Amino acid sequence: MTAETMTLSVAPTIHPRWVRICHWVNALAILVMIGSGWQIYNASPLFGFTFPPDITLGGWLAGALLWHFAAMWLFVVNGIVYVTLGIFTGRFRKKLLPIRPAEVVSDLKAALTLRLAHDDLSHYNAVQKLLYSGVIIAGILIVLSGLSIWKPVQFQELTALFGGYDTARYVHFFAMATIVAFLAVHIALALIVPKSLRAMVTGR
Amino acid sequence: MRQRKVIPGVDPKLLIKDAANLMPEASRRGFLRGAAGLGALAFLTGCDIIDGESAESVLRKVSEFNDGVQATIFNGTKLAPTYPESAITKPFPFNAYYDEDEAPEVNGENYKFEVAGLVDNKKSWTLEDLYALPEVSQITRHVCVEGWSAIGSWQGTTLSEFLKRVGADTRAKYVWFKCAEGYTNTIDMPTALHPQTQMTFKFANRILPRAYGFPMKVRIPTKLGFKNPKYVVAMEVTNTDKGGYWEDKGYNWFSGL
Repeated sequence: MTAETMTLSVAPTIHPRWVRICHWVNALAILVMIGSGWQIYNASPLFGFTFPPDITLGGWLAGALLWHFAAMWLFVVNGIVYVTLGIFTGRFRKKLLPIRPAEVVSDLKAALTLRLAHDDLSHYNAVQKLLYSGVIIAGILIVLSGLSIWKPVQFQELTALFGGYDTARYVHFFAMATIVAFLAVHIALALIVPKSLRAMVTGR
Repeated sequence: MRQRKVIPGVDPKLLIKDAANLMPEASRRGFLRGAAGLGALAFLTGCDIIDGESAESVLRKVSEFNDGVQATIFNGTKLAPTYPESAITKPFPFNAYYDEDEAPEVNGENYKFEVAGLVDNKKSWTLEDLYALPEVSQITRHVCVEGWSAIGSWQGTTLSEFLKRVGADTRAKYVWFKCAEGYTNTIDMPTALHPQTQMTFKFANRILPRAYGFPMKVRIPTKLGFKNPKYVVAMEVTNTDKGGYWEDKGYNWFSGL
């Protein structure tokens, strides 16, 4: 908390260093998790499609599993650091709350008609608040459903919470789909508003 | 490399089929190639650690680390969930790296189960001997490394009971299994002693059909399917990790559930 206040008094920092480090570590981890996850999915597809092998990671099932179960540590440890700091520095409360449905509707309308202001990068509009909170929840869900697929005997209580092993696979898939959908919007907007990308690199 | 000695009860013409058709490349490091995602990774990290032996050795190190984590998580008394008969998957899938009509055909009449390594009694066991062992039953979920799962019903004797009867040194680290077609598997001793780890002779109360591993399968509901060997012809209690068919190709060694 003190570190952040001190930085703020020196220069208007939009994203403190820990946010930026966590962001880019997470970007790397999630890319590996998704790429290898798609290859793992292809070994036993839940739906009538598979992912094109060229956009998957690992080459074959065993390779993908090695990547997946290595990058999971990066994803989980980094995620725990991020969520813990987000809560205890008060950043989540300040940036992401409250989310008022009426504001979400009006901001969404403004966004879709390209009239949503992005002047102040340190302030999130209601749609951003909803998306960022949503993707954090999807991240927590993907870890918990992943744990229940990985350890359906040792963590069987958790697996049961997801409706059993087979259902947990679907939860894991849809959490991935949610994160991928978020990424599509997130990356597109970062490219449309390049200063937001700069802020995540330099902090300002 | 593979020793071809005559195994009692096994058709000597039986040859191990290579699983190369399941892999993009026959080479051991094939799994690191042909992935567009690698380019993105190299771009993001700004270095070329991904494409080469260092990446493979890092991944294998992490996999070994994960073996340790799983051994720690493993609870020797925690039972895998069991299911009612109505939950049994019908038909229970045949699963191997070869087609069903290529599955080993073991002759039960001259079958001999060989016991080796750190045991007091190395006499081999006929099917009659094995069928006389106390029977236990389980209806549990088989989880494949590919992701799918199926519920089956297995009967046989607990491996821990068998280990006791042959006077196995249960302080040894591993139990190694050898199968009729050349498939092998090594499991850790704590898993071998788990109450649900079973030397299986029956599926759904009938003698194991050829498709499910006649005459013996080792059913381990706390491990992925490929750690449940079928057509088992020999076992060894050992302190040396002798690896296994899929483990040696890159699948995680412990593969616990």
